[in-house]
Amino acid sequence: MGTAIRQFFKTFLLWELLLGMKLTGRHLFERKITVQYPDETTPISPRFRGLHALRRYPNGEERCIACKLCEAVCPALAITIESEQRDDGTRRTTRYDIDLFKCIYCGFCEEACPVDSIVETHIQHYHFENRGEQIMTKDKLLAIGDKYEKEIAAARAVDAPYR
Amino acid sequence: MSEDLVNFEVDGIPLKAEKGSMLIRATDAAGIHIPRFCYHDKLSVAANCRMCLVEVERAPKPMPACATPVAEGMKVYTRSPKALAAQKSTMEFLLINHPLDCPVCDQGGECELQDVSMGFGEDISRYSEPKRAVKDQDIGPLIATEMTRCIHCTRCVRFGEEIAGMRELGATGRGENMEIGTFVAKTVASELSGNVIDLCPVGALTAKPSRFTYRAWELVQHATVAPHDCVGSNLYLHTYNGQAMRVVPRRNDGVNETWISDRDRFSYTGLSADDRLTQPMIRQKGEWVVTDWETALTRVVEGLRAQPAEACGALLSPQASLEELYLAQQWLRGLGIHHLDHRLRQSDFSDQGRAPLFPYLGGSLESLEQVSACLLVGSNIRKDQPMAAHRLRKAALDGAAIMAINVRDFPFHFPVEPQVVVDPQGMVMTLAAVAAAALEKAGGSTPRGFADLLKAAQVTDEARAMAERLAGEGDARILMGIQAQHHPQFSLLRALGGVIADLTGATLGYLSEGGNASGAWLAGAVPHRGPGGAALETAGQPAGDWLSGAPKGCVLLNVEPDLDCADPAQAMQAMENADFVVALTPFAGESLRKVAHVLLPVSTFAETAGTYVNAEGRWQSVKGAATPPGEARPAWKVLRVLGNMCDLAGFEYLSSEQVRDEVKARLAEAGVSDFDTRVHHDGSKLPVPPKAAGLQRVSSVGLYAIDSLVRRSRPLQATPDAGDGDAARINAAQARSLDLSEAAEVVVRQGKLTARMPLVIDESIPEGCAWLPAGVSVTSGLGPSHGPVEFHKV
Repeated sequence: MGTAIRQFFKTFLLWELLLGMKLTGRHLFERKITVQYPDETTPISPRFRGLHALRRYPNGEERCIACKLCEAVCPALAITIESEQRDDGTRRTTRYDIDLFKCIYCGFCEEACPVDSIVETHIQHYHFENRGEQIMTKDKLLAIGDKYEKEIAAARAVDAPYR
Repeated sequence: MSEDLVNFEVDGIPLKAEKGSMLIRATDAAGIHIPRFCYHDKLSVAANCRMCLVEVERAPKPMPACATPVAEGMKVYTRSPKALAAQKSTMEFLLINHPLDCPVCDQGGECELQDVSMGFGEDISRYSEPKRAVKDQDIGPLIATEMTRCIHCTRCVRFGEEIAGMRELGATGRGENMEIGTFVAKTVASELSGNVIDLCPVGALTAKPSRFTYRAWELVQHATVAPHDCVGSNLYLHTYNGQAMRVVPRRNDGVNETWISDRDRFSYTGLSADDRLTQPMIRQKGEWVVTDWETALTRVVEGLRAQPAEACGALLSPQASLEELYLAQQWLRGLGIHHLDHRLRQSDFSDQGRAPLFPYLGGSLESLEQVSACLLVGSNIRKDQPMAAHRLRKAALDGAAIMAINVRDFPFHFPVEPQVVVDPQGMVMTLAAVAAAALEKAGGSTPRGFADLLKAAQVTDEARAMAERLAGEGDARILMGIQAQHHPQFSLLRALGGVIADLTGATLGYLSEGGNASGAWLAGAVPHRGPGGAALETAGQPAGDWLSGAPKGCVLLNVEPDLDCADPAQAMQAMENADFVVALTPFAGESLRKVAHVLLPVSTFAETAGTYVNAEGRWQSVKGAATPPGEARPAWKVLRVLGNMCDLAGFEYLSSEQVRDEVKARLAEAGVSDFDTRVHHDGSKLPVPPKAAGLQRVSSVGLYAIDSLVRRSRPLQATPDAGDGDAARINAAQARSLDLSEAAEVVVRQGKLTARMPLVIDESIPEGCAWLPAGVSVTSGLGPSHGPVEFHKV
């Protein structure tokens, strides 16, 4: 009997509504956590695995020595490399393609690389408009590396103690 | 035997081995793995890498398994703490000066040092001091060096001394300063040099033509057979995306052991030559037009049918497979074309009716190791059949008497005593002298027909010694080399060889040319015999005779008429005058573009299934390894379709194996089991060859000029062996009498034909002879490979 009376008054006085409004009121004055994407982004770990890049040494020489370890380790078979002896006698790639549709961004290529040449950068915003654009060629990858070398080097420096 | 066996124990497993044999041999046979670098079962024991250290009970220190003979009751532990510690220390020492540049090293992924280090080494390095570096030498176009990686196992040094017969690589300095290199800066010139690439356990010696182009783990391995000489070395062709990347030996103790010649190893580099034919082409109004197979094949059938069949013929390559040769002769004979031949460089066919079933070696290749005496007639076996020469070398080092009668003092890598170097006519007379000496020794009457010849011969002490040795105890051989087969009086040489064999008990054998001359004879690719040596209703003419007529139509199977024929000028003239020439060829060379009317792209040995029969009669069938470029197709398929288009019966083959089985069936039908290599002379009187007056041309086809593929291999063409074949050679006395000097070009005149080429004074050329190369472009405008020539100043 008592429960029924208590229920009647709670309903009559909109008690549940007040409870809800209390939660609303608390959040109304709290600090907001919504990130205004794309105007804002969440912070990125230095280990973030985004778009690939090929790096160069400070003297401008490409790092890649065509050892093909990244190609061998790639679980998605996304990397295709062809190599030959360059005129100065060094081992170099003539073709270095990554198919981003195949790539699963596991980062094994980066781990396998003995010269820190192939890296996965923090870049996550990119898209393709035409068929075939997803193939990242050696030129494209080197261009990305050249453009973001500072960020790439900084991320690697931060992570260095743990490698 | 049993008293020679000793019992011992390895890791608790009881084993038996021959007394005095090395421990590592016994453990290898039993499947117990002991790590090693310097040990190789075909080389002598050096025991200098110390990697195979094992613990032997009651021995104070670990013992090297490669240099420890087994003994009765010996107890060996290969994985005991003491053995493992010794192996680990050795590995650490070896890695001290190794650069660990595996990512840029071609050996990476198939490196013995990597493997052994994974299995037996420490997982970290304690060494942080500077490492040594060694300056590289350029040792030629075939082998790339990176001597910093060398671990001084000396396998390459021992290979040079023991197998190649040339001390080309050696070690200088001691300890850390030890370096492997050529003593004087020069290229490594041995025809077997490529084997050091396989022998090197690290990446110090790697293949130069394929340098940095592949990784071992990407390659797909295909078993195949080399088509360049009558040995038929077993190969593995490694491909990457269907493209041939490299060739390595496939071990077959009956054929090539673990070695192959440089020609077999690097000929694949010719596959991607610039003039590789990838689409069928027809000539229209003097212009070459690319077309499709249907049009091209229709044109071939129409073109050949438009010519009278009796004026048509075919030149077939002795490098072609058994199936190709069999189908070619089936198709041609089906069309009524009987002039077909694979003996393109031979000039004397007079005894072909009595020729053996196929040019048999006279025994197995392995049996060459056991010969007691061997007479080489017109053979540069070392360069022509390097792997057969290796067997003969083993026999020679075991004390066999190797003798030779040649037109040039060829540098052999085994003692040849005596080597008679004479002009072509002298070759016949020297052999006749040996025959006369053998008759003198054996007694009895002169064989019928030989009286004049034997009487004319001057029996010298040398000839007597030769006959003596051939008649001695043991297995003696008389081997007819390629130059004997090309000799203008080959029938005389062969008849004399047969007589000497009869008189001395020696065996006559042939070192045939090309990779499949035996197969060509068996498949019926000769004008006078069908498959399996069957008699023919209509016999054709041999290549040389037919070309001297006025051919109207011609089929070429992988033949370049200006380089592959005995008389290039005549062959080119005949082709140019012919009304219709079709070439089935992998390459559209200049000469073919000049004379052919249709070019059909066919695949090479690397891209087609086929069977090759070597000189010992061993049938070796292989599958296609690489992908033929563009529209190129295996020649047997092309010939099969041509057979269909000509409405010939029986051309329903679905695989090359069916063709091979048909040849086998026809051989069985013919009841072929006769391996007698002698030509039984019919008793007709043999003439004494006239003594030629004036300068005589002698020639041989160079090691790297024998077929269209090796001629296009850039690395092989850059070797000293290939460079050898671009000049005319006469000896100093001859040069003085002709008032010629070296370093000058000469004009060589042969009949009406002339050619200009450099002159080299060479004491290996006999008096009265001028050596001109064959199979190269400098002499492709000249006439036959024998006969009078004149040298003039430019």
